[in-house]
Amino acid sequence: MAEDDRPLSPHLQVYRPQITSVLSITHRATGVFLSLAAVMLTYWLASAAYGPDSFARAQAALESWFGRLILFGFTFSLFFHMCNGIRHLGWDLGWGFDLVKLRMTGVLVIISAFGLTVLSWVMAYSHVGKL
Amino acid sequence: MVEFSLPKNSKVMRGVEHKAAAGAKRIKRFHIYRFDPDTGENPRLDCFEVDLDACGPMVLDALIKIKSEMDSTLTFRRSCREGVCGSCAFNIDGTNTLACTKPIKSIRGAVKVYPLPHMPVIKDLVPDLSVPYAQYASIEPWLKSDTPAPTSERLQSIEERRELDGMWECILCFCCQTSCPSYWWNGDRYLGPAVLLQAYRWIADTRDEASGERLDNVDDPFRLYRCHTIMNCTNTCPKHLNPGKAIAEIKHLLLKRK
Repeated sequence: MAEDDRPLSPHLQVYRPQITSVLSITHRATGVFLSLAAVMLTYWLASAAYGPDSFARAQAALESWFGRLILFGFTFSLFFHMCNGIRHLGWDLGWGFDLVKLRMTGVLVIISAFGLTVLSWVMAYSHVGKL
Repeated sequence: MVEFSLPKNSKVMRGVEHKAAAGAKRIKRFHIYRFDPDTGENPRLDCFEVDLDACGPMVLDALIKIKSEMDSTLTFRRSCREGVCGSCAFNIDGTNTLACTKPIKSIRGAVKVYPLPHMPVIKDLVPDLSVPYAQYASIEPWLKSDTPAPTSERLQSIEERRELDGMWECILCFCCQTSCPSYWWNGDRYLGPAVLLQAYRWIADTRDEASGERLDNVDDPFRLYRCHTIMNCTNTCPKHLNPGKAIAEIKHLLLKRK
C-alpha cells in the first residue's frame, strides 16, 4: 500500500474532552467573541453620536431578550478570558504547571467566571431597581 | 490546514463481533480499531468479548489474549510489559496511555482502543511514527562539547544532576505528542511536547556546551511557539512527566537571552 494512502487515526472524534483542552479552546472562543463585542460596543457608542433616534434604536435592540442574551454572553466571555488570562500570566511566570495546580486553577477559573458574570448582572439589575 | 473531520479513507466502519467462550462470567467488551492495508477497505471497529476471569489485569494482557485466542491478525506494538519501553502506547478509553500500565478495572463500560491520534496508520494499532522520530533527530539528542574530553567521567554536582529529573525518564512513547491538538493541526512544523521535552533535556544538561545553538534551533514561530499551553501533554503522560513545563522553561530561557 502506498504510504500516502494510509488512513489518519481518529483524533477529535475519540479523544475524551480534558479540562486542559476544553479551557484552552474556550479561551480562544471567548477571545474571538470579545472582538465581536468590541464591534458592538463601537456600534452602541456611534449610535449615541448619531443622535437620539439612532441611540433609541440601539438601546431597544440591546434591551430585547436576544440583545440581553448576547450581552450576557459577552459578560461571561470577558470574565472567562480575564480569569484564564491570569492563569496564563502565572504560567508565563513559571507557576502552576503541576497537575494538581493545573486542575485546581482550571476549576477556579470556571467558578470565578460564572460567579463574576452572575454577580455583575445582579448588580446591574439592582442598580436600575428591577431586582 | 486544520481539518476537524477525518478524510474519506479514514472513516471508521462497523466491524466484526467476537463473542466470548460459553460459560464466561465476567465479560468485558473491547472495541478495537482495525485497519488492514491489504484489503483497501476503510478502518473498522471490531468488538471482542473478553473473559476477565481468564485474563491478566492490564489492557495489554487483554490485547495479548485477544491476539493469541481470538484473532491472531490483531497487530500492535508491545515489548517490556512494564512501562519502560514505550511501545504499547494507544488511545485507551479516550486518552493516550500505555496499555501495559493501564488496569482494565480502571475503565467503566467497554474498553475502546485506538491508535495514537492523528497519525497515519500502518496496520491496526500501529501508527507511522517516522515524523516524530525525524523531529527527535532534528534536536540532536546527544551530548555536544567543544572542550577536549576529560580522562574520566564528566562530573556533575547533585544539584546539576537533579535538573535532569523528570526528563531522563521519558520513554518516547509519544502519548503526549499525539494528545496535543496543536500537534494535530501543525504536526509537520511544530516539534511537539515529547520532542521539546527532549530538547530541554539537553539544554538543561550542564555537561552539554551547545545550549545557545540548541535554543537557536527551536526559536521559531512553529517549531516551539505552536505550544499554546493547552497542557493535554502533561495531563496524559503515563510516566507523570511534565512536557508543558519543559516547554515553558525553553520559552523562559529564550526571553532571558533577548
